[in-house]
This record gives sequence, structure tokens and C-alpha cells, in this order.
Amino acid sequence: MASGHHSETEFGDFHRRLFMLRAGLLLVVALLALRLWHLQIKEGPYYRDLSENNRTRQVLIEPARGLIYDRYGVLLANNVSSFTLYVTLEDVKDREKLVGKLSDLLGLDPEFIQKKLGGRGGKLVPRKIKDRMTLRDAVLVESHRLDLPGVMVQVESQRNYPGGVTASHLLGYVGEISAEQLEKPDFSDLHQGSIVGQYGVEKSFDRYVRGQAGYKNIEVDAHGHEKRQAVVENPQAGADLYLTIDVRLQKLAEELLGNEYGAIVALDPTSGDIFAMASRPAFDPNVLSRELTSKQWVEIVQDEGRPLNNRASQGQYPPGSTFKVPMAVAALETKTMAPSSTVACNGGYPFGNRVFRDWKAGGHGAVNLHSALVHSCDVYFYTVGQRMGIDVMAEFGRQFGLGQSTGIELPSERSGIMPSTAWKQKARKEQWFPGETISAAIGQGYVTVTPLQMANLMGTVANDGVNYRPRLVQAVMDRMTGNLQELPAVPRGKINAKPETFHIIKKALADVVKEGTATRAKSEMVTIGGKTGTAQVAALRTGPAESIPKKFRDHAWFIAFAPVESPKIAVAVLVEHMGHGGSAAAPLAKEIIEAYFKFPAPPPPTLPESSKEEQAQETPDSL
Amino acid sequence: MMIDRVTDSRGFDTFDLRYIGLIFAILGIGVLSIHSVTHGQEGGIAPYFVKQLAWIGMGMAAFIVMWTWDYHQIARLAYPAYVLVLLMLLFVLFDGRTSKGAQRWIAMGPFSFQPSEFAKLVLILVLAQYYSKAPRVGWLQRVIVPGLLMLPGLLLILKQPDLGSGLSFVAVYAAMLLMVGVRSQALGAILLFSVMLFPFVWEGVWGSLHDYQRQRIMAFVDPGYDPGGKGYHALQSKIAIGSGELTGKGLLGGTQSQLKFLPEGHTDFVFAVYAEEWGFIGVLVLLALFIALIWLSLEIASKAKDQLGALLAVGIVSMLCFCVVINIGMTAGMFPIVGIPLPLVSYGGSATIMTMASLGLLLNVKRKRLSLFY
Repeated sequence: MASGHHSETEFGDFHRRLFMLRAGLLLVVALLALRLWHLQIKEGPYYRDLSENNRTRQVLIEPARGLIYDRYGVLLANNVSSFTLYVTLEDVKDREKLVGKLSDLLGLDPEFIQKKLGGRGGKLVPRKIKDRMTLRDAVLVESHRLDLPGVMVQVESQRNYPGGVTASHLLGYVGEISAEQLEKPDFSDLHQGSIVGQYGVEKSFDRYVRGQAGYKNIEVDAHGHEKRQAVVENPQAGADLYLTIDVRLQKLAEELLGNEYGAIVALDPTSGDIFAMASRPAFDPNVLSRELTSKQWVEIVQDEGRPLNNRASQGQYPPGSTFKVPMAVAALETKTMAPSSTVACNGGYPFGNRVFRDWKAGGHGAVNLHSALVHSCDVYFYTVGQRMGIDVMAEFGRQFGLGQSTGIELPSERSGIMPSTAWKQKARKEQWFPGETISAAIGQGYVTVTPLQMANLMGTVANDGVNYRPRLVQAVMDRMTGNLQELPAVPRGKINAKPETFHIIKKALADVVKEGTATRAKSEMVTIGGKTGTAQVAALRTGPAESIPKKFRDHAWFIAFAPVESPKIAVAVLVEHMGHGGSAAAPLAKEIIEAYFKFPAPPPPTLPESSKEEQAQETPDSL
Repeated sequence: MMIDRVTDSRGFDTFDLRYIGLIFAILGIGVLSIHSVTHGQEGGIAPYFVKQLAWIGMGMAAFIVMWTWDYHQIARLAYPAYVLVLLMLLFVLFDGRTSKGAQRWIAMGPFSFQPSEFAKLVLILVLAQYYSKAPRVGWLQRVIVPGLLMLPGLLLILKQPDLGSGLSFVAVYAAMLLMVGVRSQALGAILLFSVMLFPFVWEGVWGSLHDYQRQRIMAFVDPGYDPGGKGYHALQSKIAIGSGELTGKGLLGGTQSQLKFLPEGHTDFVFAVYAEEWGFIGVLVLLALFIALIWLSLEIASKAKDQLGALLAVGIVSMLCFCVVINIGMTAGMFPIVGIPLPLVSYGGSATIMTMASLGLLLNVKRKRLSLFY
């Protein structure tokens, strides 16, 4: 080490400086102590007073959720201002008295208010008691504010669905975050009382739509009433969603179903865009987004029509004869049948010690693939199924997406069942019986599908085997940055089949409408191809259809595409308990298809601009 | 030079015991206050005070390493360490973790670490090494060259921007400069120079500050003017301290801090929390503890056996003094609010480990002295 030695003077200097440092330090610390004495002793009582009256409250400012539009910019979900009642326990002097007063004024159940007050968090966290208050209630509370210490009425934005029940299963609804949700990492930046999507795209795109809460400090008086406020952090509005649906088609589809239970799905085979996806019965998301009493909940959940069930993506039905479409593809591709080979149909197919009947008592005579599809001959497909075996059928079914979810952006999609020997072994712990293959060949037995899967299957056939993932959201616009993020169509793969196969089958499906089982779908406007289906609900049927209780009647199916030459739309219609697909479902599909071609071309989608009006993030003020 | 390493066998003496005892007393006050302000609040994987205990554990390891390793060898690593710190500061600028608009953190798994804290200790090592390597004569060698040594680090820290660490950097430089001695003419020249340069520096520094920093400094001018806005922190901090009065509100009793009027109650404003709960008496105790610790440290500095040791000791002591005074001064409303934690008390991994490492190095200087003189 270079300079281990210092001259005496240098050391002396150093010590002198150290002494100065000590003296300086003592002086500074003395000044600090003096200052603290001044604060704590001299002005202590003053500050103590300030701290006791220091009634600043930190209040969250809820963000406005992003807006939701249809494919042409029609508004489907927005926000409206409404009054929300909060209580801050810290400022409440007599809890019982307050609960009594509030329940008198607003007609709320005292127990309900107590439950709300008991939520998690310290005494300073304002508890949300009631949202969507009427103006009358808000004024009532404000005019009694002197008797209601700790009560705050805030203006907040509430979710609103201008279309009411329209597209309710797609949009979903919102609600207060549940205790279980709060535990999950997805919701880590949320807090009790946060509003999150609980169903539909509101749920699956919640991360985008929800926005980010801000907060403000409000200074309150001794009663907990606001004197002034300072926004510390502004909330950030959520991103807007642009759906693929055309709300005109959506409404039409819902009207066509009317009071019947069922589902209609219409999509673009070349991209997977969902034009319409109707499910009946439906619910009003405006009602569900409010806080419901448990009685209201029970009513909705126990409703026999199960309105919360999205029949399009969650209803699992036997496909019936619509299953003959993938069967026909499989028959040609596996060379189980040549296009011209015929099967003699005399109205029944003996197998083992029983006879599988054709729907037409006398039989269809000699049928080939074309006529078997046109007239929906069961015996032909019993024969195909018997020759092919269940596992080959399952392989083709899987290629068409059966037995698996389509991946649509909706929560809790169901996948239906595409049975196979392995499936039965696993699910039922039983071996596969050959007779079950025969039922499966005409879409009965274990086979179940969702209307969405069938629309997608029809689209895939129409598109010569090229399959897209059905999708509901085409773009997300970030309100804060103005960035429009377009979501691309997602290819799902291609059916392993020759183009001629699809050509033959599409020709046959066109003739189904022209002269077969679905002549009621024949249109003057556009060429339509399709396949009817009648799904058995109960195995035993005796007597004329009218005498069977409705809940045991068959489901009517029709799947279709148009125009036959270059398909632009694929449709699946399912109407529960309405009997034959040709009469109950086919006309609905025709109406949807005609509407699709009839509706005037809408103005070019003006994506980002159309939302400007709605965008202003309200900073809720207190009354 | 080899002798001291073998002859240092006295190990622990009462001086060391007092020194270490003081450190733990202050650390204990910190842990209590952190617990008090953060209880009932989620701190991630563990409560804040538990995490602080973990930092203290790591700080103890750093303390022991810096205490036992020959400080001449440590000082020899000063320049490479400085280069490393500069690289880390650069890295932080490009890829750091942001908090309140300032990029100060390097993320390492679940932890993040703040290179600017370590930069302070490294700067002390660099300057001590520089001055002790050769007799530095003339104002160029005494003032300008070390100033230039400090500059890149300072600029990178100000760019983050981290005004508090930047100021500590300048303070360390100034303190060591004064300790090696500057002749009065040179001092005059520096002062004149600074005054002339001030407008430009002000421009550069003020311009590089974030809004929240400017607001904090402006709020210092008149915090009472707008209690809901800019001066909010300063005023709430004063209310917290003042309302503690003589005896305080007791542990967990600080309404000001419990009720979250105080921002960052566990970090920069932890002193206000302590003052609110323990009152003026508690404040005097803490100040006395700090003075005692600094006194012992100065004792070490004055008896250092060589210039390197003396300079290291002075650098560390002055950094400690600076942080204590500025932090308490700002929470008491005497200075503008700049982000400087209270050493050993505020919550924070980088700062706690760095401070304990520095104090270990200080004790190291004393250890060498013993081996030579006795």
C-alpha cells in the first residue's frame, strides 16, 4: 500500500478536520432535535388535533369497462352513470342505528346491509352497499346525510346492454368479484367490490375490458362527509371489443327461435367469424349485472328452460342425420363405398337378433351415396357404419372437430362426445358393442354435438375441408393508447380428403334442398345446400307424434351453407322437441341465409372513431 | 504488510460489542416500525418485517465479509467494481424495473436490486483508493480528477432519476475532498465555479426530473397551500411526527401512518411512523443511538493506521450522516422530499445490505489499527 505514512502535520490536519466534522454533526443533530421538539412539543397539541381530525379517506375510482361493438360498429355494451352507496365504518358512530335508518330509507333488508358491512378490509375501506340506486333513493340519502354519518353516494359507471336480451349469451354479464376469484392470480390487482365479467366475452375478455382502477383522497368532515377531494391516480378505461357478429342477423336468429328452446349459429366458413349465435331462452344481462337477491338467483337457476345455458356452445345433442355428412366423407375417403355403389334399402337393417329401422317404413329401394344423403336413408349409413367400424368413424369425426371444444372465446364450452372403443373403455369401463356402431352411424347412441360444432363442420365441408376456429372477437382497441389490435383468423387444419369427395357431397347436399328432405329451405335468391336431422330424445315412441308429451319429442336439426358454388355462410339450426328437421329447422336456416344476402352492405366499419363519443372516462363525483 | 494479517488475533473487544450493539438496536427500531406500519397489509410472499429480517440476515453476512477481509485488498477491487456498477446502472436504464416512473431496479427472480445503493459504497472505495495511492497535489489532482471519476456514476443515477442517491454521491465526494484538505483558494475557486455553473446544472437537473420529483420539491416551498395535492406527503409527515408529542401513541397506535395518510410509511417515511408512535422521547433515543454509532465510527477514522483506512472511514461516516440528516430533515419538513431512506431503519434490501456492508468495512479499518499498534 503506497502511502501508509503521513507527515505529522497531515495527521494533525486530519484530526483537526475530524474535530470540525464532529462539531458540525452535533450542530446539525441539535438543529434536527430542535425542529422535532418544535413539531412534537411546542406544536404537538396542534398536530395531534390535526391528526385526530385528519379524516382523509382513500377512495377507489372504478374504471369504465371497455365498450363492445358488433362487426359494423353497432354498440352492444356501454356504461351509464349511476349512484352507488358506500359506507365507511370508521365514520359510523352507531352501526345498528345506521343500518336501521338505511333499511327504512331504501327498503333494504337489514341483514343484507349488515352482510355488506362485514366485508373484508379495515374500517377505512368503504363498503359498497348498493349500486344502481334510483335517483329518488340517492336524493333521499343525500337529504338525510346529517343523520347518516359515514355514508357516501358516489357516481359510478355501470354496465349497460342497450339491446337487452339480444346476444346475451355472447356478451355475458358482469358482477362483483367473488371470494374465489379474488384468490386467483388473474385478479390479483383487483379488490373486493370490483366488477368483473362473469359470463360470455365479458368473462373471457375481462382482462382487456376491465381497465384499471384509480384512486383519490377525499377529505371528510367529522361525519365522514366529503369536503374536498384530490384525484391521485386516474382510472384507466378498459379496451373496446369489436365482435364478429352482425347484430341484425343475431336479432333475426333470436326472433326466429321465438319461444322455442334451441340455438342457431351462422358463421363465415372462410374465416370462422361468427355472424350470429342465438340461444333461447335467453336472459337480460342488465338484470344479471345487478346485484340479485338469493331468491332471484334461485328463480333463474331453477328455471326449467335453463336460460343461462348457451345452447349453441354448451347444449349437447345427438346430431341425428346431420351426422351423415361426415359419414359420407368417411365412406368415400376410406373407399368403403364408391360413389356409384348401391345398397338395397327395404326399411330395416337386421343386425344380431334385432332390426334397425329406417325412418321410412317401406324403405328407399336401391340407394347410392347421393340418394342416401338426399333422402336421408338410414339403412345405407347403417351399412357404411357396419363396414367401417366405430374407430374409423371416430377418426373422421375428430378431424371434423367432434368430441372436442372448438376453442371459441366463450367460457365453459362443451365438447360433446365422439365415441370410440377407447372412449367407451375409458368413460364407461365397458367394451364396445357392435350394435352401438349401427346407432352411431346415424348420429344416435353415444354421439353428441353442440350446434356450434355442427355449424363449424358444415363450414368445413363447404370450404372443401379447410377449417377455422370459430371466433367472436375480431379486434381489441386499447383506449389509452388508441392501438387497434386486429385478431387474425385462426386456421385449425384441413380434413384429409380429396376435393372430388367434397364436390360429390356438396352436390348431394344441394339436392337435399332442391328435391330431398329439406325442400322447405329452397330459396329463390341463392342456392343452398344442407342436411336435415331428427335427433331422438326418448328411445321408445309409440303412437302419433301429437300424443307424445313435448319433452319426449325429437329435436329438429338443419345444417346448411350457401351459395353452393362459393360458400359465404354456414348455418346450424337446432330446435328442441320440434320433430322433423325438414319442417321445423330448415325454414329458419333459409331465413337467416336470405337475410345475410339481403341486408344492405353496411357502411365501411369505422372502427376506432365510432367510439370517441363514449370514451370520456367519467371521474365520478360525489353528489 | 503481511504482519497485520497474522497478528490480528484480539478479535472481539468491548468497542466492537458496543458498535455492533448499536447497529442492532437501530435495526430493531426499524423492524418494529416496519411491522407497525405494514401490519394488516399484504407484502407478497411474507410480511414486510419478515422480509426486512431476511435482508438483515444477508446484511450480517455482508458485514462479516467486509469486516474480516483485508480492506487493502477490498480497495484494490475498487476500480473494477466501479466499472461493474456503471454497467449495472446502464443496464438499469435500458432494462430496469420501473417504479413511479423511475428505473432503479434490476430484477433477479423474485427480488429486485438497486445498483445505485451499491454505487455509493463503491464510490467511497474508489475515492479512498485514489487519494491514498499517491500524494495528490494541486487542485487538478485533488479536485478535478476525482470529480471526473465520480461524474459518470452521478449522471447515470440522475438519469434514472434518483435524486436522493445522486445527492449522496455528491455528498460523499465533498466530504472526502474536505478531509484530504483543500486550500482556501481552491475552495474559493470551487465555490465561484459552482455558482457560475449553477444555472446550467439547475437546468440540466431540473429538466431531467420527473414531475413527481418537481412537485415534491415545489411542495416544500409551501406544503400547507394544497393539502390534497402536491404538498400532501410533506404535510402528512409533519402531522404524523407532531401528533406523537412527548410520549407517542404507542406501538401500532400511529393513526397517521396506520390510516395510510403517510405514503411509503415503511420506506422513506419510516421515521415519521416511529416519531408518531414513540414521541419526542423515542426520537431522542434514536438520535442518540445514531450519534453514538457515528461517534464510534469517527473514533475509528481518527485512529486509522493509514490514509486508505482513514479515508474509507470518513467516506462511510459522512454517507451515514448525510442520509440520516437528510432523511429526518425531510420527514420533519426541513428539506424538500428526496428519496433517501433512513439507514438501518427504512425497509429495503439493497440499502440495508449496503449500509451493513459499509459498517463492516468501517470496523475492518479499526481491526487493522489494533494489529499495528498493540
